[in-house]
Amino acid sequence: MKGLKIDGAPSIDELRGTPGYPGIERARKRSIAFIECIEEIPCNPCETACLRGAIKVGRPITNLPQLDEDKCTGCALCVAACPGLAIYVKTYDYREGMSLIKFPYEYLPLPEEGREVELADRYGNTLCKGKVIKVDVSAKNNRTAIVWAEYPQEYFEDVVTMIRL
Amino acid sequence: MRVWDIVVVGGGPAGLCAAIEAAKNGARVLLIDENSRPGGQLFKQIHKFFGSAEHKAGVRGLEIGLQLLKETKELGMDVWLNSKVCGIYDDNVLWVVKDERKSFQVKGAAVILCTGAVENSISFEGWTLPGVMGAGAAQTMINVNRVLPGRKVLMVGSGNVGVIVSYQLLQAGAEVAAIVEAAPRLGAYGVHTAKVRRAGVPFYVSHTIVRAEGDGKVERAIIARVDERFKPVDGSEIAINVDTICLATGLTPLAELAWIAGCKFVFNRVLGGHVPWHDRYMATSKKGIYIAGDITGIEEASTAMEEGRLAGVSAAAAIGLIDTERLEKIAGEIWERLDALRCGPFGENRKIAKQQVMAGGDEQ
Ligand SMILES: Cc1cc2nc3c(=O)[nH]c(=O)nc-3n(C[C@H](O)[C@H](O)[C@H](O)COP(=O)(O)OP(=O)(O)OC[C@H]3O[C@@H](n4cnc5c(N)ncnc54)[C@H](O)[C@@H]3O)c2cc1C
Ligand code: SF4
Ligand code: SF4
Repeated sequence: MKGLKIDGAPSIDELRGTPGYPGIERARKRSIAFIECIEEIPCNPCETACLRGAIKVGRPITNLPQLDEDKCTGCALCVAACPGLAIYVKTYDYREGMSLIKFPYEYLPLPEEGREVELADRYGNTLCKGKVIKVDVSAKNNRTAIVWAEYPQEYFEDVVTMIRL
Repeated sequence: MRVWDIVVVGGGPAGLCAAIEAAKNGARVLLIDENSRPGGQLFKQIHKFFGSAEHKAGVRGLEIGLQLLKETKELGMDVWLNSKVCGIYDDNVLWVVKDERKSFQVKGAAVILCTGAVENSISFEGWTLPGVMGAGAAQTMINVNRVLPGRKVLMVGSGNVGVIVSYQLLQAGAEVAAIVEAAPRLGAYGVHTAKVRRAGVPFYVSHTIVRAEGDGKVERAIIARVDERFKPVDGSEIAINVDTICLATGLTPLAELAWIAGCKFVFNRVLGGHVPWHDRYMATSKKGIYIAGDITGIEEASTAMEEGRLAGVSAAAAIGLIDTERLEKIAGEIWERLDALRCGPFGENRKIAKQQVMAGGDEQ
């Protein structure tokens, strides 16, 4: 893979080491935001959305969002607020061998809770099956659904979305 | 002929903000737009906007439009819809055609032109086949008229417009077969390209469309790799079966009225071509004519709104509703916000380009 400006999606190497990407270790026993926003764009709603002050963009507004890993509780408020749909909340040890992802999803139909879906990587390739735990369509998300899905840990970093239904 | 303090032409984000600011400061305002409802580009933008919280970032474009419309109603200005401004004469007299049959002349002590931009097209073999259209046209079809332009789409151009419209085509239920980009790197914000890439849409950098094929309508697009001089490389053609080809190959400021009025122009490639010269108060070289938004150079709704506010305040000051001290204060605040928006790798070029326009020189 050749990276964000050629493939369209950020590679794992590009993501690691950016100030918004916590990596597996920090997500082992807890929910934490993975902010996949690695380009200096004039944008900051993630910072405003986080009630715990865990995301800092500051000035200039083109700074990359920086995650304070100790403050983040994985509440996912930032997930729907981000116009780039670039934030996921992940938990490595969700249960035995399984991880959890909460990802933004703006396509119809929405999956039903309990349904098995195919989960995909940043390039749209199917990686594994996952189970939908919850579909959060609360008003605060302003019509961006947040889908919770559990999936095998070995795909922890690569899964970011599901194949459309 | 009816006379207003300030006549605003174009009801997009720039025009709405100009009209609101002028009316707030006590001006009698007429806002004219050719569409059946104001909002300009905003009502097509169903996605959440970028920018800062103070520019309503995170809010969907159409909701920003609704908020602005509500403000114009509360301020009680005159709004003429389905009305095209077709000419501009001396002393800020405008020729308006309403409902395509009634002709009027209106005059503003000041006139603010906020006419936005038009899409660029590129020509290639087969480009006149039905199914080839501007990305903006496709966006209007899906988001305003709720009609799917086709089932399978090739997008030409990877700037924000091409990529956002591709995303919205996917949302509307179409398949996007590919996005081609002649440059060696993608143009849009990475978060936008990542959205469509994870939905399975492939990007082809250093590629262009060479031909559209089909019997009476688009059935296939032929794309090819290009060399450093953007010439297609022999033998690199790929055929992609699509029924729609969308062109997202840039926008050009819609500045005819400023030309007719005799405003001084400056050429600037970064901003999309010939743009009317303006000073730091958005005043053109013609007394009483102000401009704001994409007509001054292709940017974003956030900058269009700030420029609109600035033009509204300046025009109100020009007719004596605001004193110099207050104008300076407000202009200073707006410029601070504009500078904050025009920074980083995507904005810095525009900031420099804007300075060149205001300095009156060409970019070289
Ligand atoms: C696909 C797409 C996505 C975008 N996404 C974003 C985003 O996420 N964030 C962001 O900040 N910006 C975004 N933009 C850019 C933004 O929409 C434009 O920069 C902005 O709308 C420009 O505002 P404006 O008021 O100058 O022009 P417009 O919105 O184009 O409004 C001009 C209005 O004037 C009318 N008009 C023109 N000539 C006449 C005439 N002679 N008589 C009467 N009426 C006339 C037009 O019909 C129109 O209603 C996007 C644009 C596109 C195309
Ligand atoms: S998940 Fe919640 S706490 Fe963590 S950064 Fe996002 S909004 Fe803040
Ligand atoms: S809101 Fe999203 S796109 Fe904007 S800066 Fe934050 S993470 Fe990046």
